[in-house]
Amino acid sequence: MSAEIFFEMRGINKVYRMGDEDMRILKDVDLDVAEGEYLSVLGPSGSGKSTLMNIIGCLDVATSGSYILHGRRIEDLSEGELAQMRSREIGFIFQNSQLLPRLTAQKNVELPLVYAGVPPRERRRRAERMLERVGLTDRSGHYPNQLSGGQQQRVAIARALVGNPTILLADEPTGSLDQKTGAQVMELFSELSAEGRTIIMITHDMKIAAHARRVVHIIDGELQEGGGCEDA
Amino acid sequence: MLRAAFGTIGMLKECVSMSLSNILNNRVRSFLTVLGIMIGVTAVIALITTVSGVSGSLSSSFSSMGAGTLMVSITGSDLKSGLTDGELSELSGLDSVDGITPTVSLSARVSRGGSYETGVSVSGKSPYYFHTNDEVVARGRALNIVDCDNMSFVCLIDQDMVDAFFYGVDPVGENLYIDGIPFLVVGLFSDDGTESIASMLSGSADILMPYTTALKMNNANAVTAFTVYLSEGADSEAAADRIEASMDAMFSFEEDCFTVTTLSGIEDTMEEMLSMMTALLAGIASIALVVGGIGIMNMMLTSVTERTAEIGLKKALGALPWQIQAQFLIESFLLSVIGGLTGVVLGLALSFGLCRMLGAEFVLSVEAIALGVGFSAAVGIVFGWAPARKASQLNPIDALRSI
Repeated sequence: MSAEIFFEMRGINKVYRMGDEDMRILKDVDLDVAEGEYLSVLGPSGSGKSTLMNIIGCLDVATSGSYILHGRRIEDLSEGELAQMRSREIGFIFQNSQLLPRLTAQKNVELPLVYAGVPPRERRRRAERMLERVGLTDRSGHYPNQLSGGQQQRVAIARALVGNPTILLADEPTGSLDQKTGAQVMELFSELSAEGRTIIMITHDMKIAAHARRVVHIIDGELQEGGGCEDA
Repeated sequence: MLRAAFGTIGMLKECVSMSLSNILNNRVRSFLTVLGIMIGVTAVIALITTVSGVSGSLSSSFSSMGAGTLMVSITGSDLKSGLTDGELSELSGLDSVDGITPTVSLSARVSRGGSYETGVSVSGKSPYYFHTNDEVVARGRALNIVDCDNMSFVCLIDQDMVDAFFYGVDPVGENLYIDGIPFLVVGLFSDDGTESIASMLSGSADILMPYTTALKMNNANAVTAFTVYLSEGADSEAAADRIEASMDAMFSFEEDCFTVTTLSGIEDTMEEMLSMMTALLAGIASIALVVGGIGIMNMMLTSVTERTAEIGLKKALGALPWQIQAQFLIESFLLSVIGGLTGVVLGLALSFGLCRMLGAEFVLSVEAIALGVGFSAAVGIVFGWAPARKASQLNPIDALRSI
């Protein structure tokens, strides 16, 4: 029995045309991720890590190379199918939590389910469960500006989790948090990893990257396996 | 299947509530955007409702006048300037003609005591006129056959004349000098009421006298204008044909000696004019709707640019292009319909006021309301389409980069 490929990148290149010049942002990136893995992609700004994140998150398609996620070749998908992949497979967590300011925490968490076509009652139930999971049940009716930075990020994590995605994809999840709340958020990630979630975290911060069980470095568009936890 | 349908409905409901909150959060901007649509719809609704009210009252007063009236006016030929009494009674004897009342108009200098007035309009009538319009005489008596046969110097006057010449005096039985000749005032008449259309067409008179007397004062011996009253249920077109045939003979078949006008013909012409005017004004008003639509498009385009990050985020969370498009379309639709509904309310209020002012009956026109709402909804969708499409096609990475 040939098992469905979970996550495989082979020879991924991304080239942007800047004026007359071609900028090669990603150079022959190979990456395999196993189900349940907790991976950090560590790199300085301008290293191409955001581009890599966009491709992993099915927001963008590589110029060349192949990317298979959950048995599907991403290059072959239409825009609508890409949106479906994002809806089903990816839970995004952004640096600034990116909550919609006019929706309550509860409604923010429900949002991915709205687009996935989940009926309202089930939406509410699942969102409540996720808010409970991140410890914010009592804040469900609050608007983002009534929440602290850490709470906002936890709402964002609940939103990423609510669709039960294959991969949690976090971009500098503690970037705008102070040390203490950042540590709490990282704690939450560790718990989620322990529950068997697959997590890919993009960061420039070695201390943050060190929380992951596996770290890869990205420098000038090239990926290097960094082994296990390196010293910070 | 059912689940998916519920999901889609749930999504659209979510879109509606998000759109409403967006609209309400930008109250001033939304209001300004919607103003164009509002003004357009207000104008269209007010116009249509007012005109339909006015034309309703017009046609009802026409029909209360009875379509059974014909107006004949004679320009005459070289040999014959008008009709004689004999010829008039010949026409009265025609089938489906109930009676005829001549109208002899003159403008006179009226005086009594020390005061006088020039250019007073005087109308000569026959007794039959009072027979068919019995509510005309407010006090005193009507003109009778004896007055006409004797060319008596008697008259009826209206309230204007009473006010001008008979302050504190009962005019009935008093004398009034018309072009220097003493006339006995035998009664008062009021020209408001059912006579409005006829007086509108023939010019309202302040003094009524026997038509024979009026003819003499005009130094004329022939009647050049008269109204034919048809018997009940008579076909006015057929009767008009019959009268034309008889009169052709009287004028030795010369052309263009007279015209016969049916009130229903006048009514048709007036309604045609009214509907043409409505179409013209509504056309102008719909320009406001188009301008309003452009305003909405502009606002939506701005909104798409402003909310690039939000769109990118939603796309990252799995929103399909059509879902993004639906949200922006719903927003421009709601914006436009809110404007349209406000316009309908304002338009109806305006039209209610106008109808009161014009003395016309205010009729709530369902078609006009449907038109206003429908048109604004269409404007919202048509002009919201391009911005919504632009939003749906935003590249999620570019959109997210603006975070």
